[in-house]
Order: sequence, then structure tokens, then C-alpha cells
Amino acid sequence: MSVVKLEAPDLEEGVAPLSPIILTSPIPHRRRRVRVRVPRTVRRIVGPLIVLILWQVVCSAGVFTSFEVASPIAVFDAGRELAVQGVLLPNLLISLRRVLEGLGLGVGIGVTLAVLSGLFRAGEDLLDPVVQAARAVPILGLVPLAIIWFGVGEMPKIFLIALGSTFAIYINTFAGIRSVDQKLVEAGETFGLSRWGLVRRVILPGALPNFLVGLRLALVGSWLIVIVAEEINAQSGIGYLIMQAQTTDRTDIMMMGLAIYAILGLLADALVRLLERRLLSWRRGFVGA
Amino acid sequence: MADIKGHVTPFESLSGAAVVATNVQRSFNGRDVLRNVNLTIERDQFVALLGRSGTGKSTLLRILGGLDADYEGEVLVPERRAVVFQEARLIPWLKVLSNVVLGLSPRLEGRAALRERGLDALREVELERHAKDWPLTLSGGEAQRVALARALVREPQLMLLDEPFGALDALTRIKMQSLLQRLCALHRPAVLLVTHDVDEAILLADRVTVLVDGQISLDVEVDIPRPRSRGDAKFIELRDRLLRELGVEERTAAPPSTLVSLAPRSRRGDEVSR
Ligand SMILES: Nc1ncnc2c1ncn2[C@@H]1O[C@H](COP(=O)(O)OP(=O)(O)OP(=O)(O)O)[C@@H](O)[C@H]1O
Ligand SMILES: [Mg+2]
Repeated sequence: MSVVKLEAPDLEEGVAPLSPIILTSPIPHRRRRVRVRVPRTVRRIVGPLIVLILWQVVCSAGVFTSFEVASPIAVFDAGRELAVQGVLLPNLLISLRRVLEGLGLGVGIGVTLAVLSGLFRAGEDLLDPVVQAARAVPILGLVPLAIIWFGVGEMPKIFLIALGSTFAIYINTFAGIRSVDQKLVEAGETFGLSRWGLVRRVILPGALPNFLVGLRLALVGSWLIVIVAEEINAQSGIGYLIMQAQTTDRTDIMMMGLAIYAILGLLADALVRLLERRLLSWRRGFVGA
Repeated sequence: MADIKGHVTPFESLSGAAVVATNVQRSFNGRDVLRNVNLTIERDQFVALLGRSGTGKSTLLRILGGLDADYEGEVLVPERRAVVFQEARLIPWLKVLSNVVLGLSPRLEGRAALRERGLDALREVELERHAKDWPLTLSGGEAQRVALARALVREPQLMLLDEPFGALDALTRIKMQSLLQRLCALHRPAVLLVTHDVDEAILLADRVTVLVDGQISLDVEVDIPRPRSRGDAKFIELRDRLLRELGVEERTAAPPSTLVSLAPRSRRGDEVSR
């Protein structure tokens, strides 16, 4: 780093002396260094990979018994075993389907409610207190009730997932709608946008960043709920496989179920990231150093 | 011509006037901001509105633009109006071209024709090559030019400009002023330009009005031949008169090239009278 020191010039009478001034380059050199270009996806996989390797090392070193903690290789083998038996894929698809259906319903309801109370004062006064109160009820506490209401089929699970994702969507979308710059709305109005045009081209796109934050939270929440719902009351799904494994002391299968959730969570997150990149490309926000 | 509150009268019915505002009053929380404003603008006339910060210039402009309905008095304006605000107010998630044609219905002329019209407007402000860019990638001056294109593409009968160049640097401002002048000469809308800049008002306007204490206290024709120069004796005379009306005494005779601005960019109005 080059540092130049300038001496103060001769002083005039009655003028405060100038202190010496230190000049440096505006950005420290290390940050301007040319980066080795590693694709983003590769960089994002490195962290989980390190965790996996550490996990394997700890297991191979015999810190835990295989009953307490299965090693990644054992977990992988368990997955292969179930896949060969033709058990893994159908159960995976069933869980996936439950999540998608529940999430779809939840997003639909959440967005509708958020739009109603975001756009209309009357809607807010009417709906918001209800939603806020409902949100305070622990969803998992509703499991027994859901069974009474919907029996033991798919409905109670989808209902619980929908309920769980609705709130995250509602709260974030509502905040997004309300945070849209009034000046932009006014500009849209003066340039002749209809009420519906304003909603479609100004207000909803303005709320999109917040909606996507809500969608992420909802995705995480849905997987959480589906596993609990399947462990309590189901004859299929990953949660069911985990329960089965518990009765037969198969730690490796239990951990495989959890690993699948983790992988799906990672994929879902990647999907939302992709959506964000596509939909929010107009933004010039801070993207991290 | 339409009363903003909804009564519609044909545009032709008013002897060539584009704006007729009579006894307009507007108060906020019991405080009168506009007390009794009377203003007429002919249909291809360029009128500048000066006034110290906080006197209600924007308030009047918003009333004329149909953005504020809580006024007393009578206001008649054309149906085709366009507003350019101090900030460009482009919709960040719509590409530049979509911003320009925002709110124009493609049903009348078809999507392709509308697109062409938007591109034409962008060409007029020399930003055609930015048609597909996001607004946030534009510089301040470029964004303001897009806002100008967005106003012009509607072929407005009345253009309302609220300190459109207030946030621009002096050089860009001079360019924008001549651009505005050229475009107005071409499209000939009636124009109301709110500004803090006395020189800008004299340079551009056919008539300069001054808003003091909620009333138009001065309303003068600018009979200086165009192109106008700041060194012109009549220019200097009018500037002195306007500054006096605004309560500003220039301490020294400013060299002709100095831009006299009534308020600093930061809009701290108290510094005006020093
Ligand atoms: N929505 C509002 N609610 C309350 N007061 C307001 C509102 N809009 C304007 N005012 C008040 O009306 C007065 C005039 O405001 P206005 O914005 O018209 O001033 P201006 O002449 O445009 O000033 P500037 O040159 O600084 O833009 C100000 O004192 C302001 O506080
Ligand atoms: Mg103003």
C-alpha cells in the first residue's frame, strides 16, 4: 500500500495550521485482487461437503456407535438399499406431493388475504387481526384436531402444511404491498394506469421481493410440518419411513430420511434463488462482498 | 376540458385557454397554503412559477395535475395532462421503454405501434439505446430525460413540471433546459414549470409568475427575444425585479453567467433571504 505524506505549506499569519494529510488508495489492495472464478453453485456446495467429510471422519474414528450416529456412507447405503427395494422413491414422491399441494394452497390463500388487506383499509381492519390471532396458535397443536376434522387421509396433512405456509406468505406479502413507494403509485396514477393496472404493474411487483422472502420461510415450514404430520399419522412418506426405522432401530435409515429433507431443503432454496435472480434482476442492491 | 372534480366541458369552449384556475384555496390542517390563486394559461404558453420554498408551488401543481382533490375554488384543465416530478419516479421493475408507455393502452393502436411511439419519444431525448435497460442503471440526468419522454409520449395538452431539473448538476441542467425548450417548441403543449431558479424561468418561459403568501403576486410577460442571453439588459432587469418580489436582494452585481438559485439543492428554505 503506497502512502504519501504531504507537508503543510508555509503558514500565513492568523490562519490555523494545516495538519499533514495521509493519502492512500481508496480500496485496500487485497480487495481489488483478481478473484479465481469458481462457479457459484460449486462454491455453495463446498460448505455442506466439508460438514459431510467431518461427519464421516468423526464416525470412522469411532466417536459414536453406529446405533447412535450413522456415518454418511452408511446413510447412503441405507438409501440405496431402500431404493433397490422400491420403497424410497414412492414415499419420497408422496411427501413431495403433500408439500407441493399444501404449499400451493397456502400460497394461494396467503397471497389473496395479503392483497385484500394490503389494498383495502377495510380488508386490513377485518382480516389482519384474525390472521394475527390464528398465527399465534401453534400449528402442531392442531394435529389432533385436524385428524378429527379431516380423518386420516391426505387432507389433514395438506391442511396443516397450507396453514403453516399461509402465515409466512401473508405477513411478508402484506408488508411488501404496504412498503411500495407511494410516489410510484402516484406516478402510475397520473400516467393513466387503471386501478387494476396499478395493482398489476406497480403494487404487486413492488411486493415481490418480500413475497419471495415469505416463500422461502414457507418452504422451510412446509417440510417441517410434513415430517411431523407423517410421523404422527401416516402409512407413507419419508416421515413414515423414519418412524418405521425407529421401531426397527435402523439409525441409518432414520438419518437417511433426515438427509433427504436436508437435500430437498437445499434444492428448494436454490429454486427460490433462481426465481429471485430471474424476477428481481432490476434490483441493484447489495449482493455481498 | 374537464373540471378535475368531474364536470366535463369541451376543450374548445374556453377561448384557447389550457388552464383556468379561479379562487383556488387549499389548507392543510387549518393552515392556508393557497389562499386565493387565479391563474390562466393559454394553450401553447410556457409559464414559469416561482416562489420561495414551502409557499405551495407543488401544492398548486398537484391540484392542476389531478393528484389532490381537496381544494376550494374552480379548476379547469385539459384531459391529456402529464407530470414530470423532481425525482424521475420511474418504476424500477419496468424496462425504460415500458416506463415511457406506461398507462397507454395498446388496444387503440396495437402493441407494435405503441412500442414505436415509445421509441420515438426516447429518440427525442436521445436515449433510444437505453430502451431495454432497467431504470436503476441510468444516471440522474438520463432518468429525468426518460421522465420527460414519458410525459411527451402522451402528447399532453398540459405539461406540469415540478422542479424537474432541481436535482441535476449545472451542466446537465443547461442541456436539459435547451432540450425542454426544443421539445416544447415542437409539441407546443401548455406548460407550467415550477422552479427555484430565476434564470431558468426567464430563459424558458413566455410568462413568469410568482407565488407569495398563497397568491400569485406577480405575473409578467417575458418580452426578451429568443434565444435569450443572461447578459441581456432586459434579462438582468427582470431578474432583479423577480428577486425583489421573492424578497432576495443580491448583495453584489452577479456576473451574467452566475446561476441564481433561490434555494440550495438541499431545499433548506430558510437560507433564501440570508
Ligand atoms: N400533504 C400535506 N400535508 C400537510 N402539509 C402539507 C402537505 N403538502 C404540503 N404541505 C404544506 O404546504 C406547504 C406548501 O408545500 P409545497 O410542497 O407546495 O411547497 P413548495 O412551494 O413546493 O416548496 P418547495 O419549493 O420546497 O418544493 C408546506 O408548508 C407544506 O408543509
Ligand atoms: Mg415543491
